Amino acid sequence: MGTTLAFLLSGTLLAATPLLLAAIGELIVERSGILNLSIEGMMALGAVVGFATIMATGSHWLALGAGGTAGVALSVLFAGVVLLALGNQVATGIAVGILGLGLSGLIGKSYEGMTVAPMKRMPIPVLSEIPIIGPGLFNHSLLVYLAPLLAVGLWWMLRSTRIGLVIRAVGESPESAHAIGYSVLMTRFLAIMVGGFMAGLAGAFIATVSATLWSDGLIAGRGWIVVALVVFATWRVDRLVIGAYLFGLATIAELLVQGMGISVPSQLLTSIPYIATIIAISILSMDSRKMRLNSPASLGRTYNSTA
Amino acid sequence: MIRLPWIAEPRIGRTGPRALLAPLIAVVTTVAAAVILMSSQGVAPSRAIWQLYIAPLSSLYNLSEVLLKMAPLLIIAQGLAIGFRAKVWNIGAEGQLLLGAIGGSLLPLWFNDSVNPMMLPAMALCGMLFGMGWAALAAFLRTRFNANEILVTLMLNSIALQLLYYLVSGPLRDPYGFNFPQSAPFPPVAMLPSLFGMGRTNVSIIVALLATVAAWIFAERSMTGYKLQVGGVAPDAARYAGFREKRAVWLSLCIGGAAAGLAGVFEVGGPLGQLQRVVSPGYGFAAIIVAFLGGLNAIGILFAAFFMAVIYVGGDMAQASAGVPYAVNTSLQGVLLVSYIAARLFIDYRVRWRRDITQQGVN
Repeated sequence: MGTTLAFLLSGTLLAATPLLLAAIGELIVERSGILNLSIEGMMALGAVVGFATIMATGSHWLALGAGGTAGVALSVLFAGVVLLALGNQVATGIAVGILGLGLSGLIGKSYEGMTVAPMKRMPIPVLSEIPIIGPGLFNHSLLVYLAPLLAVGLWWMLRSTRIGLVIRAVGESPESAHAIGYSVLMTRFLAIMVGGFMAGLAGAFIATVSATLWSDGLIAGRGWIVVALVVFATWRVDRLVIGAYLFGLATIAELLVQGMGISVPSQLLTSIPYIATIIAISILSMDSRKMRLNSPASLGRTYNSTA
Repeated sequence: MIRLPWIAEPRIGRTGPRALLAPLIAVVTTVAAAVILMSSQGVAPSRAIWQLYIAPLSSLYNLSEVLLKMAPLLIIAQGLAIGFRAKVWNIGAEGQLLLGAIGGSLLPLWFNDSVNPMMLPAMALCGMLFGMGWAALAAFLRTRFNANEILVTLMLNSIALQLLYYLVSGPLRDPYGFNFPQSAPFPPVAMLPSLFGMGRTNVSIIVALLATVAAWIFAERSMTGYKLQVGGVAPDAARYAGFREKRAVWLSLCIGGAAAGLAGVFEVGGPLGQLQRVVSPGYGFAAIIVAFLGGLNAIGILFAAFFMAVIYVGGDMAQASAGVPYAVNTSLQGVLLVSYIAARLFIDYRVRWRRDITQQGVN
């Protein structure tokens, strides 16, 4: 029982970390008023570029950095089309996402089915000695601890810093933000690039740290779960963290239930995160007044920053 | 504060023949990208263009493959465009297609020795209802709980795929199929009759063309189509005129779902001949691209579907003959839509250099 529980905790943390990383990025993007639906493609590209990097250099950190950079590259394309060519955000997101998935398949062709060594764990002294909780929560690679800290940093940034205020202002009303002298274009461009970096980083994390392999379709819809996660969190960082770990738990529920010897079709278990998302979105959206209060008012709307 | 060196002013009124410029730019960009991507796979540029764009049209057999792939793209895109014009974002055509394939498979699997000539129409109806029902879930959640249809239809895609996996590896698996995750083969009455007597093209392309005519009439000549369009372009005006938004959501999603469901039936009753794990090579997503590339216009979509089908067949042939991975197809689809959306800037806006404007003394 003890080892099962430790495995459950550790698996949840491992599954939740990439979701949280990418969702932190997407939350910033959406708070600036832009809906980026290309997360799936950015994660896939980040994953394969990270994997290729680790095959060439053997370094996990270089792999994570390269994956993030690949995400930035794709996000610059997205930002260019949405902010400069004034393209529809939904259609552009889908298009760039498809492009990312395609490119990841092309680059990954020669790595199909290969594996890499897992990243070195950093057990936290003393805490990792505690039975069950120790191996479950405090014996991971650095990024697993870092993700929730980043979320705290994001919460603080949005709430109490000038940059956070500008992002929120641009997301609520780009017209007003422009009128008082903030650059809507620059703010959104940078936000999208940060979002791209986090998505690419999350993809590289999956390929080189948690799954430690590459196969086409590795991301398997996690990018869409990230998009759903931000709505689920009603654009609030505290709920984003809780949501990420809940979704992480849901994605490993399959292993858990099988471990307990309950016979449920594995496909039903795989569907749990998606079903949970639909239910959560429905419940949270029910109160449309509250939803409007929380969601960035200009989300998804094209803003012409040349005029 | 940075200032862009150009100004984009929205154009008012009809765009006219200028609108053709965007798909043209998109096609040229895609061909250029194809040459680059194929070169990266070790295929010479001239051979790449031949493989991807000329070979698919070079023989009657290949042309029939193009028409075979064009049919589902055309049917789905016409259905989706109706919703997109009303700003109802149904991103779930892929899942609705899968549900259509499942619904269409039930009858030939339950009545496997049937010789009833009504089998195909019944399958088509059943598949359309299944696709429509799947999309209606999103319509219900949107109208009842205000749940965003983009996210719900996306999630339903993933669930539909798992449902299909479950059915073909359990309840609908062929009992004599050596445990392969696929259904029993369909009886001959459940198979679409082929056209021309050669290649694999079947009557689905005829249905797709009829759907195009229907979509054109619906958009251009019907009051319901007009109401939907007003709701998309000017929601406030539509509300003032008493056009109900909820009705637009239901109608858009149901039409899109039924169209995708029908395309699913045509896959299992056409080239596949059974239900299996892989029913669609991403037709549901590709059709979104087709709908936009065609300018959300019934006639434009006809040409866009043809071009997309050429990409599919060219990619398949390149994969078979030159070992070029299928991902080239996916990448080119992305390039096609990205460049189309970017090129729309010059259709929807009048773009001028700031410098020129100040020289004229106007600002």
